[in-house]
Amino acid sequence: MMRAPPLRHVFATSVKEAAHLLATDPRAMILAGGTDVVPNLKRRQFAPSLLVSVKRVDALRAIRAVAGGGLSIGAGVSLSDLAVDARFAKAARALRSATAQVATPHIRNVATLGGNLCLDTRCTYYDQNLEWRQAIGYCMKAPKSSGGVALRDKEDCICWVAPQSPKCKAVSSTDSAPALIALGASVVLESKDGERTLPLRELYADDGMAFLTKRGDEILREVVLPADFQHWTSTYWKLRRRDSFDFPVLGVGAALKLGSGGTITDARIALGGVLSAPILVPESATLVGKTLTDDAITAFAELAAKHAKPLDNTDLEFPWRKRVTKVFVANALKELRGDDRASMGRLAERAVVG
Amino acid sequence: MNPTNWNRDPKNSVGKPRRRVDARARVTGQVRFADDLSLPRMLHCRLVRSHVPHAKILGIDASKALARKGVKLVLTGEHFPIAYGVLPVSHDEHPLCNDKVRFVGDPVAAVIATTEEEAIDAANDVVVHYESLTTIATPQEALATPEPRIHTYGDSGNVHKKVHFEFGDVDASFAGAAHVFDDTFFYEGNTHLPIEEHASLAIQDPEGKLCIWSSTQTPHYLHKALAKALAMDPAHIRVIATPNGGGFGGKSDPFNHEIVVAKAALMLGRPVKICLTRLEVFYCHRGRHPIEMRMRTATDKDGNVLALDLQTLLDGGSYGSYGVASTFYSGALQTVTYTIPRYRFRGCRAFTNKPPCGPKRGHGTPQPRFAQEVQLDRIAVKLGKNPAALRLQQLAQPGSLTANFMRIGTIGLGACIDKVVEGSRFRERWGKLPFGRGLGLACSSYLCGAGLAINWAELPHSGVQLRLDRSGEVTAFCGATEIGQGSDDVLANIVAEILGIPPFDVRVVTGDTGLTPVDLGSYSSRVTLMMGNAAIQAAERARDLIAKSAGEKLGVPASRLVFANKRVFDAQDPNVGMTWLEALHRAESDHGTLGTVGSYRPAAPAAKYKGGGVGPSPTYSYSAAVIETQVDPDTGWIHVEHVWVAHDIGRSLNPTLVEGQVIGSVYMGLGEALMEEQVFRRLPPRLSNALVHKIPSILEYKSLTSKDMPDVTTYLIEDPDSAGPFGAKEVGQGPLLPMMPALANSVFDAVGVRVDEIPVTPEKVIRALEAKSKRYGPDEFPTVDWPEPLKVAPPWEGGDGTAQNEKPRKSKIAKDGTRIVTP
Repeated sequence: MMRAPPLRHVFATSVKEAAHLLATDPRAMILAGGTDVVPNLKRRQFAPSLLVSVKRVDALRAIRAVAGGGLSIGAGVSLSDLAVDARFAKAARALRSATAQVATPHIRNVATLGGNLCLDTRCTYYDQNLEWRQAIGYCMKAPKSSGGVALRDKEDCICWVAPQSPKCKAVSSTDSAPALIALGASVVLESKDGERTLPLRELYADDGMAFLTKRGDEILREVVLPADFQHWTSTYWKLRRRDSFDFPVLGVGAALKLGSGGTITDARIALGGVLSAPILVPESATLVGKTLTDDAITAFAELAAKHAKPLDNTDLEFPWRKRVTKVFVANALKELRGDDRASMGRLAERAVVG
Repeated sequence: MNPTNWNRDPKNSVGKPRRRVDARARVTGQVRFADDLSLPRMLHCRLVRSHVPHAKILGIDASKALARKGVKLVLTGEHFPIAYGVLPVSHDEHPLCNDKVRFVGDPVAAVIATTEEEAIDAANDVVVHYESLTTIATPQEALATPEPRIHTYGDSGNVHKKVHFEFGDVDASFAGAAHVFDDTFFYEGNTHLPIEEHASLAIQDPEGKLCIWSSTQTPHYLHKALAKALAMDPAHIRVIATPNGGGFGGKSDPFNHEIVVAKAALMLGRPVKICLTRLEVFYCHRGRHPIEMRMRTATDKDGNVLALDLQTLLDGGSYGSYGVASTFYSGALQTVTYTIPRYRFRGCRAFTNKPPCGPKRGHGTPQPRFAQEVQLDRIAVKLGKNPAALRLQQLAQPGSLTANFMRIGTIGLGACIDKVVEGSRFRERWGKLPFGRGLGLACSSYLCGAGLAINWAELPHSGVQLRLDRSGEVTAFCGATEIGQGSDDVLANIVAEILGIPPFDVRVVTGDTGLTPVDLGSYSSRVTLMMGNAAIQAAERARDLIAKSAGEKLGVPASRLVFANKRVFDAQDPNVGMTWLEALHRAESDHGTLGTVGSYRPAAPAAKYKGGGVGPSPTYSYSAAVIETQVDPDTGWIHVEHVWVAHDIGRSLNPTLVEGQVIGSVYMGLGEALMEEQVFRRLPPRLSNALVHKIPSILEYKSLTSKDMPDVTTYLIEDPDSAGPFGAKEVGQGPLLPMMPALANSVFDAVGVRVDEIPVTPEKVIRALEAKSKRYGPDEFPTVDWPEPLKVAPPWEGGDGTAQNEKPRKSKIAKDGTRIVTP
């Protein structure tokens, strides 16, 4: 079988302690559920010298109301718990649909929200055993000079997905991020030197290697839903080959604030799985003031799909994934308008949970 | 003593649905698979595999690995000068590569260390120097690139094998045909994906002999390969096949890792174990050959086939494996489903620098079956006939010989078609459903064991020994291998049926070359029929011994005694009888220790021409399926709504297990039809020489999950065939075959496009919808320089099963009794 390399593994009992441990070693990594980190370790995709487990940090598993409205979700809350939490059944349906569709029930029981938001970018040239990556001469994200393990700094090796590209093209594959970006969430990062809050979408950068703006010594502590989140209607559509297990090859998070007569007063549409970062579709604001007519939906779907730049490094062919982006953005908006998903075909029926 | 027939109509356990005899062990986690085994002082082995696709080995530096504390031994090709292979005609593998590597994953060295971690790290320290050679990725490249040769044997260049048969004047039939259909197809390769990774544990036993536990479907062939590759007396080798956590053909070859741990255990005098990673299982492969096909069919005005002209081009990968047989199988069974008066078949297998292809469930036949069944659907559409009617009007005839001299037994196919047509209301609904919804029908047939063994020898293909204990327990010994399919249950069931005791009173000991009589292995759907017939013979011999003693005591003729409910009694007066135990004790007192044997060897095939040894079977099973799909025209997404499948089982020995096999075949077939692909990546040649498996993980190699599985309606057609035990036929492979064409035909009915390629994916549906031709698939069949045909006249044209233009063949008997025939 495959075995992880030798390394040190410590349990922190508080976020503060974890932050201190992280600061002691530039090659330290946080371990939460481990469902992403451990398989990657066994494949030797990176080689931390220290794993700081936050499994025993109870504070990370709290969900609490924030003064002035809003809701704070600890980064250590399991995806299973989020997927069944009644507080999100209506108000943050996108989050529920996204977390309910991550991997399998067993993995969701262990995997955490923070872990899913910080999920390593994925690529069929990168998510392979060391021996396999040796056979392709390694890649930019895990070059030969690093012994085939990922480094924080880019090196000489190329990106096989797009050999001319100066940037790694590994794909952001988190389900919860596009859902939470659509919901307007922000995140709180804590380090030994203090804490900072930033909009979730700013946690990400469109670079397969440096895909998080979070520093290595920072811990994603909590996710905060904005004060007005209950006034939004939202959904999350996931595209994947099979109805379980698979990472998204497209995720559409859509959230709308609807006024009287169905006029859109605010809108956030986010895409995942189509770039190295989840993105907020910049034209989301163009929906404001409109009603969800078929024409408005089609026009917006065209605009949104332009931002999707899928490549040949995930499951399913990329021109097709681009085509479905348009279909899913339109369908997500139609669903928020009140259309029955059953009328949108069999793929639609399974793209949303809850 | 010939077996009598009076108990052949089952009265006891046969035919009754029941949990399998090993079910308790399985559901309580007590089955011990190869990787569950652990022994004191056990060492761990890790293979160093090639990271280049085609190269000469210039040198191997293991000094760094050997310097590690826990490393006990490093083996290389020098330790293994003798080649082996499963087929006598292609002994082209070495346990560790000798002079060159042929694909990324070919094993070059082996590290044996005290822990698995140490073995992994030490393997990473072994440095191999290579000189790269031109890499061949496809059979088309192989045809165009005779040099450098991947192997120095084979028909020519990088062509492993070419065959050409003509049964009757096919061109004349085409010239006189009312309609000619000419289509090209491609079937992508796929792999078995057993959940259990291959594992082996070898020891030098206290007598100094070799013993190996291994997850193998064919302990007998592994036994032979070990004896050859290690130059050992086979009497000093014991192979124990552990229960397989899935095989599907992927554990049918003797494997390099098995021979390596055996050698290491003998050299070190300590147990040596290996458990492959999932990546390595993809490298072992031996799965479905990718095949390009061209199928031409001549019909009369009603769509009755006059002649078939099939060409296949197989991508064999880097070694022979079962490939020569696969090549023949890509044409051999086209004739046993429908009446085909004349037939031409040309097949070619090429070597490529990829993991070797071999037998996967259906072995070589699902690909041409897909082509034939999709083309029949086209014929029906063109001629305005219902596809079911078109098939029913030209079914092969029971008891007949086909154009290529396959002898057919019973045929339950007509009943199979009727069942699925009725269940799905195919006649009423086909061609009439709203756009986006469709029905597809397809049929198939399959072997119930190969008529000729891989190693031609006039010896039984299966043997069973019974030991009848005073306690009432009966132990059945047989070399057959439990790979999850339920062969242990078949053995217990048949013995129990004949002796009138519960199957749970039978202990089965199987798959152990040191204890059990030879059975050739769990492949080619042979076990139920061959082991079953051997078991009947052994059990009837035991019953006759007991009946003689019991009859004398009871004063009843032995032939009138019935064995049932753990009693032996007079059929005319059930009150006159005795318990099973009394009868057993009486027989032991009369005859001494009770034990019997039975064996089975199929009758000689009717096909006597060279190559006619592949395809004959004691009888054939038949299946039919209808699949209903919903296809989304915007995305091409295919949703399988329902599957109706009927299987001609002859007789169900245990209907619970038969139905399980049918549903398992549906599951595997839908995976192939919709998503499974063993595909490779070649990097830009100016930047890299790499040729690697694209998705060697159980996450990214997609097969259905339980959530993707549709509801299945199963019908079992029972028309007992005298060749099978109690009339039973196979069920392990046949029901898979109609899935792929039925799915493709259903997509056509739904949205009016033909995807002539497996898998049928949403991307291909969209491309077909956007194409002028409303089709997606290969445009032409590659040009192959075919040899002269071997001409065999069909039976109805005066043929006797020999070829009209065949040179006499020489044969010799090898030391181990194998008859080797050369052209």
